[in-house]
Amino acid sequence: MYGWHGKILRIDLSYQKKSIIEPDAKIYHKFIGGRGLAGYFLRDKITLDWNDPKMPILFFTGPLNNTPTPTSGRMTVMSRSPLTGTIGDSSVGGSLANSIKKAGWDGIIITGKSPSLCGIEITGHEINFTDASHLKGKTVSQINHSLKEKGSTAVTGPAADQGVLYSGIVIDGHFFAGRNGLGLIMASKNLKYLTVKGEEKTDVYDPEELKAAREEIFRLAAATPALMGELGISKFGTGALYDLMHTRRMMPTDNFRKTYFPHAPSMNAYSFDKKYKPKKTGCKGCHILCKKMVKGGGLLPEFETMSHFSALLENENIEIVKEANGICNESGMDTISTGATLSCYAEIRGKKLTPEEIIGLLNDIISGQGEGKQLAKGAYRYAKSKNRPESAMTVKKQEISAYDPRGAYGMALAFVTSTRGACHLRAYPISHEILRRPVATDRFIFSGKARIIKINEDMNAVVDSLTACKFLFFGATLEEFSRAFTAVTGVKSSAQDLLKAGERIYYNERIMNYLNGFNSKDDILPNRFFSQSGSGGNNIEIPPIDRQEFLQALARYYKIRGLDENGLPLKEKAKELGLEWMN
Amino acid sequence: MDELTLINKYSEKLVRQGLADKKRIIFGAKEVEITWNRIDEKCSELEKIFESLNINSLLLAQPAEPYRSIIEYLAKNSNGVIYPKDCETRTFLHDLPVAHEFDPENIINLLKKRKSAITEEGVITLGTITPEQAFVTFSSVCFACFVKFFSDYLLFSKQDVPEDIEKAFNKIVPKLPKLTKYPPKPPSLMKGPFSKENEVYRAIEEAGKLMVDYNLVDSYFGNVSFRMGNTLYISQTTSSLDELSGHIDPCPLDNSSCAGITASSEFSAHKRIVMNTDYKAILHGHPKFAVILSMYCGEKCEFRIKDECHIRCPQRRFINDIPVVAGEVGTGRYGLCNTVPSAIIGRKGVIVYGHGLFAVGKDDFNEAFENLLNIEKMCKELYFRKVNSSNF
Repeated sequence: MYGWHGKILRIDLSYQKKSIIEPDAKIYHKFIGGRGLAGYFLRDKITLDWNDPKMPILFFTGPLNNTPTPTSGRMTVMSRSPLTGTIGDSSVGGSLANSIKKAGWDGIIITGKSPSLCGIEITGHEINFTDASHLKGKTVSQINHSLKEKGSTAVTGPAADQGVLYSGIVIDGHFFAGRNGLGLIMASKNLKYLTVKGEEKTDVYDPEELKAAREEIFRLAAATPALMGELGISKFGTGALYDLMHTRRMMPTDNFRKTYFPHAPSMNAYSFDKKYKPKKTGCKGCHILCKKMVKGGGLLPEFETMSHFSALLENENIEIVKEANGICNESGMDTISTGATLSCYAEIRGKKLTPEEIIGLLNDIISGQGEGKQLAKGAYRYAKSKNRPESAMTVKKQEISAYDPRGAYGMALAFVTSTRGACHLRAYPISHEILRRPVATDRFIFSGKARIIKINEDMNAVVDSLTACKFLFFGATLEEFSRAFTAVTGVKSSAQDLLKAGERIYYNERIMNYLNGFNSKDDILPNRFFSQSGSGGNNIEIPPIDRQEFLQALARYYKIRGLDENGLPLKEKAKELGLEWMN
Repeated sequence: MDELTLINKYSEKLVRQGLADKKRIIFGAKEVEITWNRIDEKCSELEKIFESLNINSLLLAQPAEPYRSIIEYLAKNSNGVIYPKDCETRTFLHDLPVAHEFDPENIINLLKKRKSAITEEGVITLGTITPEQAFVTFSSVCFACFVKFFSDYLLFSKQDVPEDIEKAFNKIVPKLPKLTKYPPKPPSLMKGPFSKENEVYRAIEEAGKLMVDYNLVDSYFGNVSFRMGNTLYISQTTSSLDELSGHIDPCPLDNSSCAGITASSEFSAHKRIVMNTDYKAILHGHPKFAVILSMYCGEKCEFRIKDECHIRCPQRRFINDIPVVAGEVGTGRYGLCNTVPSAIIGRKGVIVYGHGLFAVGKDDFNEAFENLLNIEKMCKELYFRKVNSSNF
């Protein structure tokens, strides 16, 4: 095969055994790789409890990894989310995807539970299990320091050791599989780290054709101001979005009770840039380089972190934003869920947090002390424990990211149709509702949005499977990427063929959530967004979302997605997409 | 706007911009069900196409003249694909597939790969976000084919012109709008210098609309900016120049706010021009004959052989006193932001190879618009002198 190796490594931690799966080429063609292929292998285990030893955690690459395709350094980590109970997955960058491919594997499936804290070290087809008990409680940097020369790394920090429901997995010290609590899955298996290195090449079917596809993609990226423009994410990181959310009056503030933070202009990406003078860095194979590294090695916060640790907490201190980001990164904790959980806490106690309290509570969560023990369970469970469920700004128990749904109705819909709980990236309607790419849509209407969300969910599902970076699709399209896919794999394809694969991948996820009891009752936003206005001004009104209109749009989405009126999958649709039905 | 309002809006734009005849437009949009702008016997076949593709809008229209004759000629003489060399095709369309018969199955296969297909019933285009995409692609196909046809003829005119293209040329040229269509002096625009923000916004909106009225842009490609103080006010990316109200970004020149991340792709070029010169008003359009002539070059250098003139041309080329430079859309190594700003110093405008024209003015858009229009007129006259056409 070209693009794929045709081999998936399975490791059983209970018995420290490995085996090799060699899937039929048809499976690769149907599910592509990354998120699609991981979902295929997760499906028959999805009803297990997240901490059942038989529950797998899957590290999957795609056919484009380890080839010269632009932004092809990403991969998917997947399991069942401890936070939401839905499928749990995260697209993550760094060098791990390429290293897995270089080691000769398309993916790694880890099951079982080690009797004691361990590490897995992979060099090509050689697998070693190590004792990692000395790494418990250590920071991400300390762990990575001890793993030097061992290749790419995937580690958990003290947050996972402590059982934080939104702990993540840190790749190469800086890249986060952040959402859904995947770090806790590793911890439940007594797996502290994974390292991978190898030297195999990924065979490309037609290098000249790939070169031509690359040129098309680079040209489109250069033509996209949000990517390569002098105000875009290549220059300022994802923090470039911060000013836009501010001027559009949709920056979640004070636990989503307001949508305007007056101090934003002094806490924007320009302010960070001026104060810390960072250098560009990014994932393997990426020319955008959206990460910003400061002297000494730490990263500047990304947009979601900047927003939630400033506006959402009404914190005016830029240094605290950076410090909080550093603590979350070193402990391996998702910054979106952390910030939103703290803001829920602040609302319930009726007083905004001081900078010292923010830092203090973060340390309490990591060490499991005081209120930190409850806050480690996330906003939904915390608010419920205080009999204040209305204060949790979550969908399917996952905290909402830094786009207020009242400011972009496509985003409002996409938060609930996401298969992994509140997630802005599944359909990323901010692209057209705010960034005007590929064309602008009216952000204050639901008309047309149900189909747009469905198509973009399909698109991003396949982007996560190829794999590539979703940000690149502000400019590039599947037209150019299908050319790259065919050039790499030799499999004839088109933009629409890839979208069909994306539809299959998404529907498979919807089936998995159904198997765990999810239905239309779970596809809803917190009541606040239907009952309270945001902070209008400057000729922009931010009224509450009309619940009826929202529900009508959701009903249209179900029809377009091929679900029944309760949001449940249908046998005929599954068959049409070539998916197994349930037993 | 609901689906019907949107497809009617873009149908009207097709007519207003001389791209299609109202009676020959079939425009559909779909959320759950398909809404058509009108009932036509072709709708059932188009519905088959709709059902087979993950899209939300579909447009089939017979282009208006001269585009119809141009596209028919190019399609007839293609081997199933037309390869224009202009910037819009290179960047966004890649190539233009042709279906010689209106067979839905064949069209579906073409549209699986590309945003458009040329058929005997007209040009068919699609959108996956809004009907605006189908409109934009239709407009770009017309533009690309126009530029290709006249560029090809210019090359042939220096040799023995094949009979079929000569015949087509003689049929098409009389259908072109005459230069005399424009009044000798363009209408007066708001007079500068401006001191208030709302004046700048109004001036930009007015200039953008005039560029569309004069067919100096196609679809939404083109941009307008004005510098007041230390702020550059510029049209947003993918904004229609005839609808700029609410779509202008104020961008501080020191980049202290990224709110202008939604500004035009050519923000950097505009910014460098206003920072390095006294010009405050900039118009960037895609007038066709400026684009056609920019691609005409007698040199047979290595870059022409490698098809890299648009990014690497090392010559200092001029059309009369207007520089022609290489450069691609936006930023990056080959971005036009690296070539246009220095070339425009002391000039009325700069033409970017295969792409479009930047024209400048000092205190308001009167001078910039006059420059834009006059350069295009000059290019058109020069083109017809070069081909020795008696039709002009």
